[in-house]
Amino acid sequence: MYDFLLADTARVLPILVVAAVGIAVILLDAFRNDSPSIPWLAGAGLVAAFVLEGFKLYDPQVAFFGQVYSGGAAAFANMVVLLGALGSVVLSVPYLKRIGHNYGEVHALILFATVGMMTLASAGSLITLFVGLETMSVCLYVLTGLVREEKGANESALKYFLLGAFSTGFFLYGIALLYGATGTMLFSEMVEGLAVTERTGIFVGGVALLLIGFLFKVSAVPFHMWTPDVYQGAPTTLTGFMSTASKAAAFAALVVVLARALPVDLVAGEVQITLSVVAAVTMVVGNVIALAQTNVKRMLAYSSIAHAGYILAGLAAGTGEGYGGALFYLLAYTVMNVGAFGVLAALEWDKEQGAIQDIESLAGSGYRQPILGVTMGVFLFALTGFPPLAGFIGKYLVFAAAVDAGLTWLAVVGVLASVVSAYYYLRILVVMWMKPETDAPEAARQPFALATSTTVVLSLCALLLLILGVMPGGVIEAAQSYFDAGAIVAGR
Amino acid sequence: METLVRLILLPPLLVAAFNGMMGLFMPSWRKNEWLIGGLALAAVALPFAVTCSLFFGFEEAETVRYFTWLAAGDLSVDFAYQLDELSLLMTMIVTGVGSLIHLYSIGYMHGDDGFWRFFPYLNLFIFAMLNLVLAANLPVLFLGWEGVGLCSYLLIGFWYTELKNSEAANKAFIVNRIGDFAFLLAMFMIFKTVTDAPGFTGTFGLDFATLLAPETLALFEGSTGLWIALLLFIGATGKSAQIPLFVWLPDAMAGPTPVSALIHAATMVTSGLYLLARLSAFVLLQPTAMAVIAIVGALTAIMAATVAITQNDIKKVLAYSTVSQLGYMFLAAGVGAFFVAIFHVMTHAFFKACLFLGSGSVIHSMHHVEHELEHKGLIPSHHGGHGTPHDSEATQNTLRHNPLPYDGPFDAQDMRTMGGLRKYMPSTAITFLISTLAIAGIPPLSGFFSKDEILYKAFEYGYDGHALGYVVWIIGLVTAVLTAIYMTRAYLLTFEGKPRWPGFMDVKPHESPWTMTVPLWVLAGLAVIGGFFGLAPVVAEALGTHSWIHEWLVGHGDHVGPVAELGHEVVPSHAVEWGLLGLGALLALIGVGAAWFGFRFGERGPEADRSVRKLMGVFYGPASKKWGWDEAYDAAVVKPIVEGSRKGLAPFDKGIVDGAVTGLARSVRGLAGVLRGAQTGVVQTYAAAVVLGVVIVVALMLFV
Repeated sequence: MYDFLLADTARVLPILVVAAVGIAVILLDAFRNDSPSIPWLAGAGLVAAFVLEGFKLYDPQVAFFGQVYSGGAAAFANMVVLLGALGSVVLSVPYLKRIGHNYGEVHALILFATVGMMTLASAGSLITLFVGLETMSVCLYVLTGLVREEKGANESALKYFLLGAFSTGFFLYGIALLYGATGTMLFSEMVEGLAVTERTGIFVGGVALLLIGFLFKVSAVPFHMWTPDVYQGAPTTLTGFMSTASKAAAFAALVVVLARALPVDLVAGEVQITLSVVAAVTMVVGNVIALAQTNVKRMLAYSSIAHAGYILAGLAAGTGEGYGGALFYLLAYTVMNVGAFGVLAALEWDKEQGAIQDIESLAGSGYRQPILGVTMGVFLFALTGFPPLAGFIGKYLVFAAAVDAGLTWLAVVGVLASVVSAYYYLRILVVMWMKPETDAPEAARQPFALATSTTVVLSLCALLLLILGVMPGGVIEAAQSYFDAGAIVAGR
Repeated sequence: METLVRLILLPPLLVAAFNGMMGLFMPSWRKNEWLIGGLALAAVALPFAVTCSLFFGFEEAETVRYFTWLAAGDLSVDFAYQLDELSLLMTMIVTGVGSLIHLYSIGYMHGDDGFWRFFPYLNLFIFAMLNLVLAANLPVLFLGWEGVGLCSYLLIGFWYTELKNSEAANKAFIVNRIGDFAFLLAMFMIFKTVTDAPGFTGTFGLDFATLLAPETLALFEGSTGLWIALLLFIGATGKSAQIPLFVWLPDAMAGPTPVSALIHAATMVTSGLYLLARLSAFVLLQPTAMAVIAIVGALTAIMAATVAITQNDIKKVLAYSTVSQLGYMFLAAGVGAFFVAIFHVMTHAFFKACLFLGSGSVIHSMHHVEHELEHKGLIPSHHGGHGTPHDSEATQNTLRHNPLPYDGPFDAQDMRTMGGLRKYMPSTAITFLISTLAIAGIPPLSGFFSKDEILYKAFEYGYDGHALGYVVWIIGLVTAVLTAIYMTRAYLLTFEGKPRWPGFMDVKPHESPWTMTVPLWVLAGLAVIGGFFGLAPVVAEALGTHSWIHEWLVGHGDHVGPVAELGHEVVPSHAVEWGLLGLGALLALIGVGAAWFGFRFGERGPEADRSVRKLMGVFYGPASKKWGWDEAYDAAVVKPIVEGSRKGLAPFDKGIVDGAVTGLARSVRGLAGVLRGAQTGVVQTYAAAVVLGVVIVVALMLFV
């Protein structure tokens, strides 16, 4: 009777690998404090999980009686999460060393957060969804306040925690309502359950509350207020991690809920209206407020809010194209944002003045550090949505899906909002390449050697964006194959 | 064929990457000017040679497909290139004129600190432009479209240490993005219309072959087609500098002059025309859109021509002239004569590139004059320089406050400080004169034929019963006279009469090096003969031949070309055609004669502007202020957005959203006074924002 155990364990093996490595890292840190081998171990674990997920990319399965999806869309999302985590681990090492807070437990926390994210993206039931979400969130709260000595970091962490707990309340209440309306926790049985009980009112209310939880995690307007403060307060490379991997996981889970747990007429009706309104407001507010920022990290925080809006536009379409486009967008967004925050991290000289990153402090850095200048150029053009970089393809896919679903107005709002974004992205480049060095404060101009690992990660990110922009064919096909006609993954 | 297309596309890209990387990471490499420039030139000359062989051996249109770029549901876009009459002609222009301008730039950019950056940008531009004209579908065309915009941005802001230049670059980029997104929306709508059609199966890649097939075109009847055509046209107005999006082009002159010649006169700015010509069969179905195109083109033509007459900066005259000539081309497209628009694109590429390069040659040598004058202490020295020729408004500003003992401040681009340069720079002067006469429309130079054909087509359109045709025709005639006047004025002020710069007795300008004069002569030669490729029908008939460009692009007999044209039921008689031809020539002569012998710009110099001012009356003031476009944009768009973001939305976020929310928060607080002490105000505000969101989401979900 326990035959399933072995097969199902294999299906969640990548998650287990990351969890096991996380525990190993804690143990290692306990015996050999802050050992330099910790990041290597963490990186190896992430790479192993990435490869394991890669094998399951075209092999969607259900594990543990439908509690967990494995392979297919879950594998795609998990690979995006792992990519973000891997980039952040590698970039964090020289960064934390430079700001003088090289803690071993950072890596354990990143790994545990990754476990939460992967669980979230693989969720097949409301319970798994909630467990994944909370595992992820608790680790992120701690990571935000990593630099304990600093007031700002503590403040950010506390804010994030309080608001996160607040939104979790809604999320949990939504779960309760959904269970009440359908009598099941499993996504795959929800539509049937609803047909039996016919408690549509309660069901729609539950969906609304669940959406609120998701919209908070992806920082859609007006649930976005925490984002700039938290992103600014957290260590920069970890901001890169939070802004990408956690969003990718939350969006992937939302896609699964929309595609597999909700009845089609609801997705094409109330949910579409809600998501498109939120998407439009998010795109406009995110981009326009980003214009007024002089702090680069805050600017990128608002930019990440705007990007959540673009992805929501793809979700609002409610079609296989839209969901697949959103998955592709998440991949592109993760790569470019990890890269952009990586560049900022490399240019940060300490955790006091250096961490503020006023835009002027970047003056002339392009020539001082050509690698950083060139790769940042790629990241920013990709964020603008400039062809032939991956960001353009992502925007194209989500907006085309929106137009196809009859949401032309949303696409119009989106493209106009992204016209505005060109202005503030370019401004960073202008300062990096076209402002004399003397505009930057003295401390920012101290020469420093760029870590080889940083160079490699940033170059790979830039290269990946170019490759995904020029030859995205297979990746798009894979991303869109999971949701053909809203098909539910074949169960056992 | 695949290899040949690779040979066209890849050299500019690879050399751009090589030169860029070497220069960026190996500062010592930057000194090898001849190597960098030579490689860059070869990277354009090779594609030119390949294109020539394809062009002269052309038999039938071919599509070269490399791999699938985007595949998503019904969408499947290939990286595919199309070799047909239109794309080959454009490729010839891009690589041919491009090669000449690369050669010229080696001389022009000599000694500039940014020499090593300049050529990769220029090569990259050629690569993007080739993608644009060779693309076999809209997405690949769009790739090139964005690419040329990026390179244009990089090159306008090339001398970025001056704020004005980076601002001009930003302006160009952002204005272009508006057009780009209209284009993008048009693509979405085309895709939706085609894939939503009943009976649609398989995939659609926005490729021209499918899009322009009669059965696909039939889907676009009605308002969808009109909107798509208008959106495409808005895209074209951005790239090709038409009302209302032309404002970036005059400012774009902040870039080095070869850039102005290549990007902002000969190639990139004509891509809007290329787009319309490529989709001519589509656009022809929308008479309303055609009328809009013709009207906008005509208004742009005359508006820019009146501005050009009042400008004193030689590059500004040429910039407005370009806007005006592009207006002509759109006028042609609007009356259904797309092939004539492309014909004018070609002749304009020749004479306008020649004029720009000539002005560059002048500026180059006036800069030497400026340095020598500074050296001798005849004018105050300025510190904005890089030891390179470049626009020097900074100098002008300094000098405005320190007036010289001479007429005006010294500015290497100001025609008022030039005069009599023909003696010192004969090659530049003669080629400039040839091109001036060509653009003015003196027969039998190239501009005469192309411009006359445009005007004839407008007349023919009117003759066929469209009153609009006559209206744009008359506007075109007036513009033709204005063109002849302002270009002759520019030539005379620059090259004829007496020298007007301070200390002209001691300081003499000199002719530019051969790398710069050879391209001038080649382009001037092309400006002379270019017109014979598109003889007017009556002339061709009298000579017993035919209009080559019409046959090549539109078709003749069995051969069907890629460009469609509007058929007419009633056509004017031969006598009328001859009469119009004579009228065109006469107007050009009147214009040139008026400037030369009427206003006498040669002898009187800038004095003669007074007569112009008198003649233009109330129009002169607004025209010299460029009709207030920039101010209007500033007041209507830029200020509101910037201020709105700074004063409106950021406080809106902190104020109104928070305020509404704080109000809510207060009431919550009033009810639950216990919580007051435990929470900080800020987090409470944020939480209240979440509550506001909850209300919105729940309301949308349950009550909409």
